[in-house]
Amino acid sequence: MLGDGIGSNVRKSKLINRRMFLASAAKAVVFFGIVGRLFYLQVEQNKKYLTLSDKNRIRENKLPPIRGEFKDYFGKIIAGNLDVYELHVIPEQVEDFRVLVTRVKQILKLSDKDVNKIYKTKSKQKPWETIIISDNLSWNEFSKINYYLYDLPGLKPVISVGRNYPFNESYSHVLGYVAYASKEDLSSNEIINERHVPGLRVGKNGLEKTFEKELIGTNTVQRFEVNAYGKRINQLEVQNGDQGNSLRITIDTEIQNYTNELLAGEAGSISVMDIYTGEIIAMNSSPSFNPNDFLYGIGTKKWKDLNSNPFKPLINKTISGLYSPGSTIKPIVALSALENDVIKPTMQVYCSDSIDFYEQKFHCWKKRGHGYMTLKNAIKQSCDIYFYEVARLLGVDRLNETARRFGLGNIVLKNFFENEKKGVFPSTKWKKEAIGQNWYLGETLITGIGQGYIQSTPLQLTLMTAQLANGGNKIYPTLTPNNKNIEKIKKEMEGSEDYDLPSNYPPLVRNKENVKFVLDAMFKSTNEVYGTSYSSRIEDPKYQFAGKTGTAQVKRITQAERELDRKLDQIPYKERDHAWYIAFGPYKSPRYAMTVLVEHGGSGSSAAAPIAKKLFKKIIDRHEEREKIRNRKTLT
Amino acid sequence: MKNYSTFGEVSLFQKIKSMDFYLLFSIILLGVISVLAMYSTDMSDGNFYHSFNHALRFGVFFGLMLILSFINIKHYFSLSIIFYLLVLILLVSATFFGTTVQGSQRWINLYFINLQPSELMKIAIIIFLARYYHRVQPDAVNTIKKFIIPFIILIIPILLVLSQPDLGTSVLIALSGIAVIWLAGINIKYVVYSLLGLVISFPFVISMLKPYQKLRILTFINPDRDPLGAGYQIIQSKIAVGSGGLTGKGYLKGTQGYLDFLPEKHTDFIFTLFSEEFGFIGSVLLLTLYGFIILRILIIGSNSRNYFGKFFCYGFAISIFFYISVNMLMVLGMLPIVGSPLPIMSYGGSSMLSMMIALGIVMSARIYSREIIN
Repeated sequence: MLGDGIGSNVRKSKLINRRMFLASAAKAVVFFGIVGRLFYLQVEQNKKYLTLSDKNRIRENKLPPIRGEFKDYFGKIIAGNLDVYELHVIPEQVEDFRVLVTRVKQILKLSDKDVNKIYKTKSKQKPWETIIISDNLSWNEFSKINYYLYDLPGLKPVISVGRNYPFNESYSHVLGYVAYASKEDLSSNEIINERHVPGLRVGKNGLEKTFEKELIGTNTVQRFEVNAYGKRINQLEVQNGDQGNSLRITIDTEIQNYTNELLAGEAGSISVMDIYTGEIIAMNSSPSFNPNDFLYGIGTKKWKDLNSNPFKPLINKTISGLYSPGSTIKPIVALSALENDVIKPTMQVYCSDSIDFYEQKFHCWKKRGHGYMTLKNAIKQSCDIYFYEVARLLGVDRLNETARRFGLGNIVLKNFFENEKKGVFPSTKWKKEAIGQNWYLGETLITGIGQGYIQSTPLQLTLMTAQLANGGNKIYPTLTPNNKNIEKIKKEMEGSEDYDLPSNYPPLVRNKENVKFVLDAMFKSTNEVYGTSYSSRIEDPKYQFAGKTGTAQVKRITQAERELDRKLDQIPYKERDHAWYIAFGPYKSPRYAMTVLVEHGGSGSSAAAPIAKKLFKKIIDRHEEREKIRNRKTLT
Repeated sequence: MKNYSTFGEVSLFQKIKSMDFYLLFSIILLGVISVLAMYSTDMSDGNFYHSFNHALRFGVFFGLMLILSFINIKHYFSLSIIFYLLVLILLVSATFFGTTVQGSQRWINLYFINLQPSELMKIAIIIFLARYYHRVQPDAVNTIKKFIIPFIILIIPILLVLSQPDLGTSVLIALSGIAVIWLAGINIKYVVYSLLGLVISFPFVISMLKPYQKLRILTFINPDRDPLGAGYQIIQSKIAVGSGGLTGKGYLKGTQGYLDFLPEKHTDFIFTLFSEEFGFIGSVLLLTLYGFIILRILIIGSNSRNYFGKFFCYGFAISIFFYISVNMLMVLGMLPIVGSPLPIMSYGGSSMLSMMIALGIVMSARIYSREIIN
């Protein structure tokens, strides 16, 4: 029994030890498994989890970038920044949205309408998207909100950057305006998308939009360590952003403001260009609007008013308005005819108020006609009959070639505006392609007096005038100051008589005498008796300028209407002619070219030329100031 | 050689001399590490409530362990049934009249300590079964008669703890019990049968589970299905461990713990925090320390002349292995979050108490290794 007991005891011990050994082996395997898992997580996947850990604990707070400013030629700020106090909320982060809104309503004394708007926005957006409760808090309200912030979780008072345009309407069409970035802005511009924070305003139009990338600036980024409840524990670093580049443009605010005054109450456009540097000194379109209205989001009513206004304040007429140039085209027609040796300046045509071509009656604007005309006189007195004849002899295709070379039918300011229009300068080929019809000779005649298919922007006519005034050389219109040395440019232009030699300012004509002839005719048109703008002349040689009027029909005049001979105020506004005036000066040593357009203003000599006269005085008076800046810049 | 039992009382000096100092120092080392880790978890709270309590408990219970070591192993043998019954009574009262915390009724408020009897049951079950199999011959283990009692003894606390509900502890009690039964020589096919039975009963168990337990199992299968909800713990724990890297972020520099991303960082997820701060190397060293403790217990068991001591040491060694691996596999995202503390490291008085009682008995088995119990 005892032996048996011992035997079984030995067996029992052996069994237990054997099983324990097995268990220990299994344990070792599991422990190695744990080590393996640790190795996998901590060594193999360390990077991944380190990133996740940082993502856990680090929150970024992006502040809105500070936008670069716009300055005029003299360094005056024409678009600056101001602090805007806003109140944002992210619905997702709010415990009880209704309670929060009620509290905010009390604190800010919001109206029921404001509150409804908040709920409406909330229902339209995703819960993690920011709602801007107010974009226009006073400092008082802003500090009040900050005071109550501790029991309003989810509410974010934000100091944002707003735009300020100190000259209100003056620069609206050039600079455009800024407003909250839309979904389209975010998807079309990567930089906006990358730097976007709720409440960011971006350029919607004009140079603000074109130069967005340079203006926008970079965000200041604050990095915080947060705990699991999102509470900020400490600030890790601040990465200061840079303000966007400030841009100086060629425009002179004084002149720009003055053009605004001159066009007050009219629909129209004024543009002034340096005939050598191509710098635009003023560029205005009337009526305008106040870009500061967009700062806090323009109201629906105001926006509707702007959109439905028949005078089209939102359109930059200087580059996007298309008009028949009327008689302002005549210098180019004359030049083209001379260049192509189609006529001699001495050619005589008899003007007897109308002429029959191809069984159609063509009229001169002057009742009873001009009598016998030569080319110079025909430009001076703007005789239509003479130019029908010139156009007939010249043909539209040769005219097209000269006109295009001088800038008609083309974009003037490349890379500055996305809404600039090309317009049309017709040719037989163009008509075939665009309309699918053959060219009629009658169409050549009316093209010769700037009617028919021709569609020009006012700025194209300014460029054309400038390139005539500088003696017939190509220039490069720009809004960026280039501080070029005028004397150098002049020398280069004069030295490049040879048509084919490469030059920075290549001549646009074969014979510069032809240009001189045309310029002289324009001088006579302004400064001699019977000239169409004689009454707007300035005799002081310092200001003396030369120009050409234009009166563009907006509809075909019927025989009955012609016989009625109505006064301007008897004609419905929309049917009145557009009044044009192109000019350059001072005549002795030309420097500036301009175009004045008054929509439905009647005749160029009565509506447009007087404006040009006033403006010219201003421009010349500002000339020295401007040159001071140029010379200073040129020297340095 | 002397037989202490036969030759009367031995001096305290002799008892101390025959203690396992490797084990003793390993426990002290682990205790120090645990207090340091607890100190780190307290950083974000700004007070040292947990580390102070933990150090105090470790000190008191370590003293208790020493006292328990000097008690002759045969007394544990004779007290084992009473101990089991006492713990069972506590368990019943905790289950039906206890304090409810986070939807689980498992604590008895004893004023100086919130006792969790299920933790004590982990040890009581080993003691009881060790005593039971002490006399059972290997041939008899597989008879129905000798199987029915261990089965009942095991199933009652399991069901009680499961109903608290506390899945983690009941699983650990079951594993501890099965370990001893298996050591005693139960035929491997019964283990297979019972595992099969477990698989078959799985749908019933699932239907018995509380919704949060079901969620935990679903979450374990795919932690990303609800990253801010049920999957949060696993994901955050893996991030903490993974971001620790080879050498860790440095003591007191773990961001996951400090910034409160780690849930239950004092208790079940203490290893995560440790691992974040001390990295792969620290974690492996800690695991090695645990392995060494298990090894010492095994050696004590194998040197024990009585089956009670042997069964207890082996059973406890396997159990402690289960506690460690379940906890670690859980925080490393390889097991569902079932709630099981890491021995000595985790904050919690009951767990520490039961560990120290068990270690005291192990040490007694060492001191009285030549004791023969009839």
